[in-house]
Order: sequence, then C-alpha cells, then structure tokens
Amino acid sequence: MHGLEPKTAAAVAPPPRLRFAAPIHGWLLLLPAAVLLATFTHYPAVATIVDSFYSTPKARRAAIFVGADNYQAMLGDPVFWRALSNNIVYAGCVIPLTIALALAMALWVNGKIAGRPLLRLSFFTPTVLPMIAVANIWLFFYAPGYGLLDQLLGLFGIPSHNWLGDQHTALICLIAVAVWKDAGFFMIFYLAALQQVSPQLAEAAAIEGASRWYFFRRVTFPLLMPTTLFVLVNAVINAFRLIDHIVVMTQGGPDNATALILFYIYEVGFKFWDTAYAATLTVVLLILLALLALGQFLILDRRIHYQ
Amino acid sequence: MSALQASGRGAAALETAGAWLLALIWILPLAYALWAAIHPSAYSAHFVPSAPLTLENFARAWNAAPFARYFLNTFLLVTMILAAQLVLCTLAAYAFARFSFRGRDLAFVLVLLQLMIMPDVLIVENYRTMSALGIVDTIPAIGLPYMASAFGIFLLRQTFKSVPRELDEAARVEGAGPLAVLLKVYVPLAKPVYIAYGLVSVSYHWNNFLWPLIVTNSVNTRPLTVGLQIFASTDQGIDWSVITAATLMTSAPLLVAFLLFQRQFVQSFMRAGIR
Repeated sequence: MHGLEPKTAAAVAPPPRLRFAAPIHGWLLLLPAAVLLATFTHYPAVATIVDSFYSTPKARRAAIFVGADNYQAMLGDPVFWRALSNNIVYAGCVIPLTIALALAMALWVNGKIAGRPLLRLSFFTPTVLPMIAVANIWLFFYAPGYGLLDQLLGLFGIPSHNWLGDQHTALICLIAVAVWKDAGFFMIFYLAALQQVSPQLAEAAAIEGASRWYFFRRVTFPLLMPTTLFVLVNAVINAFRLIDHIVVMTQGGPDNATALILFYIYEVGFKFWDTAYAATLTVVLLILLALLALGQFLILDRRIHYQ
Repeated sequence: MSALQASGRGAAALETAGAWLLALIWILPLAYALWAAIHPSAYSAHFVPSAPLTLENFARAWNAAPFARYFLNTFLLVTMILAAQLVLCTLAAYAFARFSFRGRDLAFVLVLLQLMIMPDVLIVENYRTMSALGIVDTIPAIGLPYMASAFGIFLLRQTFKSVPRELDEAARVEGAGPLAVLLKVYVPLAKPVYIAYGLVSVSYHWNNFLWPLIVTNSVNTRPLTVGLQIFASTDQGIDWSVITAATLMTSAPLLVAFLLFQRQFVQSFMRAGIR
C-alpha cells in the first residue's frame, strides 16, 4: 500500500468515506454470491412455476404446453391430498410440542435443578446427530415384538404392535422422532433469552407472593416472545423441509399414511420421473412457504429492522 | 404454612423427576446404539448386564461398505462448502453493510428469499440444472446450491454493521483499499461469528441427506449419510449390532467434537440464532 500519500491527502480532502463508495465495488463484491443464488435459488423457483404448465419431456417427445392440466391432475390426485393433510397434521403436532418441550427444558436447565450439565448435554445431543443415523436407531425402538417400545410395554402386559406398519400410529411415531430431534436445538435459544432476564424480577415477584406459574405466565413468557417467534419460524420451516426420517423409516407408507409434501415431490420426481408433476407439487410447497414467509414478515417486522 | 412448603417441595421433586425422565428418553437412542454396537448380535435386543463386550461389530461394519471413502467424501464436501461460504458470504455481507449502490435493498430482499425457499425444496429443478451442467454425481454438485448462503450473508452483515465506523476510517486513512480494510478490520473482529457459523454449517452439511441422495449415485461421491442409508437398508437386513456400529461411526466425529467443545458448540448455536 502507498504509505504516506493518502494521509496527507486526507488532511485537506473531505473524510474518505465517499472515496470507495463506488457502486461498482459493491456490485463486484456481491457478484459471486449473486450468480450462485440466481442459478440455484431464483432460477429454479421460476423454472418450477414454468415447468408446472408443461408436460414431462419424454425420450421422443419434448415438453409441450398443457396449461393447467397438471394442476387439474393434482386436484384429482388422492395421494396429493393425503400428503397435504398429513403434512398439516404433522406440522400441527410437531411445532407446538417441540416449542413447549424446548421451553420446559430451558427453564429446567436455567434453574437450580440437580444435575444441570447432564440434563443439558442429554437434551442437546440429538441436535448434533445426523437425522439419518438416529432414524435407524428409532427404527429399532419401533420394531414389532422385540423393539424397545414393545419390550417396555410388554412389562405392563400390553401386546406387541407394528407401530410403523399401522396407518394409525405410523405418523405419530415420526412426529415423536421429529420432536425429539429439534426440541434440544430450540432449547438453546430459550436458554440464551432466559439468561437475559433479570433475576430481580423473580425476587420481586417472590416478595409479592406470586406463584411460579403466575410469574411464568405474566413475566417470563411475555419476555420470551421474540424468541418464541424466532423458534416458531424455524420449526415451521423444518416441518416442511426435513423428510430424512421418512425416507429411512417408512418410505411414506403404509398406504401413504406418512407421505409429506416434500417426500411426495421426491417420489414423483425421482422414482416416477414425472418432473412436470413434481414441479406442480413444488409450486404448492413454494406457495405454502411464501405464505408463511409473509406471515413471518408481518409478525417479525417490528423486531428485525432491515437497515 | 409448613404444609404448603411441603407440598411445594413435593411439586419440585416431581418436576425434577420429570426433567430427568425426559433427559433419559432424550439420551436413550444414543445409549441403545452404544449398547448394541459393543455387544454381540445376540444381545442387541436382549439387555442383560452379563452380555460380553466386543468391538467386532465396528470391524464388520467398516469392512462391509467403503466407509473410508464415504468419510473422505463428506470431509471434502463440508470443507468445500464452508470455504466457499466463508469467502462468498464475507464479500456479499461487506457489500451490503458498507457500500451504497443502486438496487442494494432489492438485492438484499432477493438474498433473504433463500431463507424461506431453501435449496432443499428445489430438488427437481436443481437436479435438472446439474445434469445440464454435466456434473451430476460429483461432489461440487452436492455443494453448489448451498454455497451462497443467505443465512451467512445476513449473519455477517449484521456483524459488520456493528463494527465502529472509526476503525474503518482509520484504516482507510492509513491508505488501505476496500479489500484490505475488509481483511484487516472486519474479518478479525467477526471471528466469533465465523466460528459460530462454521460449526453450524459443518454440522448441517455433515448431516444433510436428501439432496446428496438425489444427486449422487456412486461410491466416489456419496457422503456418509447416503452411504449409511444404503448400507443400512440393503446390505444388512436387520442386524442391529452392525447398523448401530455404523451409525455410531458416522456420527462419531461430530459427537466427539461436541463432547469436547460442548460450551463452544452451545454458544455458537446461540450466537448464530440471535440475529
């Protein structure tokens, strides 16, 4: 770098702030990331919508414009409706359960409970394990007859049950795995927020004779609201994004009882190779995510300031 | 009064018991995996303290599939993604934090879009792009959609914006150009954020499964997660001892790192989450 010259220049010239605010620098810095984002996020999002109006290209016939045919087929497809309702049930169970457990864990670990470090370790460990690996272990837990769940229930005289093979229990089993995987992860954010809460508040409440539940309901929980919103957004995304455990444990079965939307997209796109229909299903998922993003934007607008 | 205290103490004991029961359930899968992996197959679903110990399951798993190659692939994958993310996100975040140019706010919104429309969802079109580029079944194809990370750009932009202007200006008065200021002022000050982001990124991509499953189809590119799944679903039938041994092997590096640096891990995840 040139040593003294700019220093003397700075003494007479206005502050150097404007000197390298050249627009071209900003764009050049942004360029590499922008190219990749455009190629692998924006282009595919648009291409998905375009492809949903065309037929699937075959070896001897290129894709032709079919208008809303794919959408009509989708509306008449019982598996799509099953996957959509499964996903809504799944999200509706996983999200509140995970958040409630994460909050309980954080309150325990933040309090004066015996064996705190061990509890924290145990709660957080699922977060660092690959879903694909733990799903294999849960597969054993649910195995009919000799699986851990059946062995435990057998102690109470409850007969063995094919947990993943039964339409009525399979989705519940997967919900349990998802809750188990993420609760400890979200606990961390609550823990961070709880450490910001002044202990004087609890002391004051104790002097006033407020019960712990009352204190939690009227003081702690409202203070944690921003964290709850953040966790909620992530939990919602995960409920539509993560299907590793389904691939390992049920393959969407039995009889599509555990097919979620993304799993159905994967099946249609990469097992049946019907890419146009897979694109149509992806559009539905994108619309769902966009609506959720809009909700997030409206709710979180007051908290995060974009510039 | 004393009755009230006693009932309070009873409730507290009940709560402690509840917490411990939950913790037990949370650690149970890992505990079971350990049990099954270090005992002969006959004891994989049969829990008696007298079961003999063995390391044979690990040897059998290791020899039954090319795990060494899978480890190498995963290592290459996470290293490549992290290196690219650090460079790309640093440059982009710097542009957003300290430069004013036409269209910046729109560009930022377009970046944030990726937080909701993640590569995990765009599998069909991204696969098509990869085949058009002729790079299906390569390690870069697994990594490319994740390299420009909106999360990383956002996190670093927030960090860079909190750097006092005076430091920046002092460096410029010394004659440093834009890139030198970035490297000498911003990057060193953001070190904790880089560590946090790095840990989150490595554990995410070490564990990532669906996209690698789709875009790879040979031993030379498959990461551990995909290799493990193929191993567990086809080769082994229901030999839980070998499956759990393989499962532990593939999770071991992250798990050991987590146990050793527990505090840093937890703090990093916290730091990455509070934005």
